[in-house]
Amino acid sequence: MALLKVDDLKIHFPIRGGILNRKIDDVRAVDGVSFEVKQGETYGLVGESGSGKTTTGKAIMGLNNITSGDIYFEGTHLNAKKGKKVDVRRDVQMIFQDPYSSLNPRKRVLDIIAEPFRNYEKMTKKEEMFKVQELLEKVGLSSDSVYKYPHEFSGGQRQRIGVARAIALKPKLIIADEPVSALDVSVQAQVLNFLQDIQKDLNLTILFIAHDLGVIKHMCNRIGIMYRGRFVEEGLRDDIFNDPQHIYTKRLVAAIPDVDPRRREEHQSFRAQVKEEYEQSFNDYFDENGLAHSLKPVTDTHKVALPERG
Amino acid sequence: MIVLSKTLLEIKNLTTSFRIGEEYYAAVDDVSLELKENEVLAIVGESGSGKSATAFSIMGLHNRAKIEGEITFKGRDIANLPPSKINKIRGKEMSMIFQDPLTALNPLMEIGRQIGEVLLLHNSEMSKAKRREYSIELLDRVGIPRPDRVVDQFPHELSGGMRQRVVIAIAIANKPELLIADEPTTALDVTIQAQILDLIRELKDDLNSGVILITHDLGVVAEMADRVAVMYAGQIVELADVESLFVNPQHPYTKSLLSSVPATEYAQDRLHVIQGIVPSLQNLPREGCRFRSRIPWMDESVHEEDPKLHEISPGHHVRCTCYQHFYFPEESKEEQTNGVT
Repeated sequence: MALLKVDDLKIHFPIRGGILNRKIDDVRAVDGVSFEVKQGETYGLVGESGSGKTTTGKAIMGLNNITSGDIYFEGTHLNAKKGKKVDVRRDVQMIFQDPYSSLNPRKRVLDIIAEPFRNYEKMTKKEEMFKVQELLEKVGLSSDSVYKYPHEFSGGQRQRIGVARAIALKPKLIIADEPVSALDVSVQAQVLNFLQDIQKDLNLTILFIAHDLGVIKHMCNRIGIMYRGRFVEEGLRDDIFNDPQHIYTKRLVAAIPDVDPRRREEHQSFRAQVKEEYEQSFNDYFDENGLAHSLKPVTDTHKVALPERG
Repeated sequence: MIVLSKTLLEIKNLTTSFRIGEEYYAAVDDVSLELKENEVLAIVGESGSGKSATAFSIMGLHNRAKIEGEITFKGRDIANLPPSKINKIRGKEMSMIFQDPLTALNPLMEIGRQIGEVLLLHNSEMSKAKRREYSIELLDRVGIPRPDRVVDQFPHELSGGMRQRVVIAIAIANKPELLIADEPTTALDVTIQAQILDLIRELKDDLNSGVILITHDLGVVAEMADRVAVMYAGQIVELADVESLFVNPQHPYTKSLLSSVPATEYAQDRLHVIQGIVPSLQNLPREGCRFRSRIPWMDESVHEEDPKLHEISPGHHVRCTCYQHFYFPEESKEEQTNGVT
């Protein structure tokens, strides 16, 4: 059984206008997304800004209203009845993009990391302090940092405080929304290594949302590519990077800068070629509204949004 | 590949210091660089390495910083020019593309007026109609669809990629000979990034301008640069043509940076992490090799007392002598590798 199952998820935001402020149209941020995340894997959700990847992540956290579709966590239906939401926030935690704005600048590290305990567990001050120090050591910060404030830490250290808070209640699933895009490469390396360690340690499942394909390739076992609220392709890392089938994925993979300057011209002409193919075959891969078709399996692991044939 | 051409910009012993409390601290420390026409020079480094401070010094954008050394642009020294004089050059002969297109544009002004502003500043005779016409032409030039409509729109009506194109249109409005791009694609998606980089490359060839590209993205450097300067803690630690830098990197910092980029041939399953943190301006070690504290497993004796840039092959400069002995802690001394090849 999958740890997380998202089935035909739709999230539409109304556009209001006119004199009575009536709903005149919808923004279809997520428009029929289905995927499963297995226990222990790192699943990558990729797409450009506006593709709906963050909205999907937030919906799983219960931070967005769901228009239609179902989300199951360990088989429990999360959005079963109106007004009666199942609270999984204990088991599902989030790591945010910007370590500068996701930590309250007026709170001490102790209060930041202890907040989940205070919400969900009854602990004495002493137990709480012990737990927080243990977590700090786990994320590689010294345990005497408890009385410091966020501004006393570097970007990478702050991101690790965010991780400490996220793993405080021993969650089963972590949703990491662009966790390293605000960091320098060497700090990024530190946080990525660390996420891998902590995943092994705690047997975590990670839903990794990012737009940087290099980071995704490094971290994820399986990857889903989103475009305008829909999946265009889903597969194992090798499927996506070595055998991209959808023209959009091909273009995305071709756009990754090549770190070998000797292949510069070759890479540029390849990219121009893919771009041309993209423009010519856009109508074959997308429907009349410019949206992706539904996913069809190509192999056991690889699904592509190809049009119906014949 | 690089044709001999005229030197456009020459920086000699540039030191830019900021005052903190009673004292001045050098954020850019004795930097010398040269840029030719139609050349792309990339400056790479982490935040706090002094790469943006160098660019701001050239553009005269620092307020209250102490700038020492020479910045010779087209034969005249432009360091410490008074505002009245630098304003005549800035935006005309040299201009800058900023990182964040949302903060670089005025949210209350139509796109057309923002472009018109730079045109008017440097050419007061240009009529309003003419400026509008030329603004549309510029928007078209940077690849904005339906420029006649966009010219009357406000920044918030455009996407991030389109806004960055507007910023570029403003930067090239007066056909500058020197273009400084400070992290021009950091805020953008990969496909848009590829388009913006293509655009900068095209414009450079059209105007025959020199480009200084400031970035921390090594992929962008490999795609764009002719030559690369790697900066650490205010100093250039390695300067080379792009191929030498990527194929045969020498300085420990360059090697460390390359091996921390995920999913490239430099990276292992486990990414390399540079130990310690970038020291703050006040705590910079001013004596000896500044990178010393980040590679503590190296013997102290491998460093030079007063590290200089050494030219190890034509055009390839490396600071300090520690590069000759450098190895990563995870590999043993015997199997030292030099570069990727």
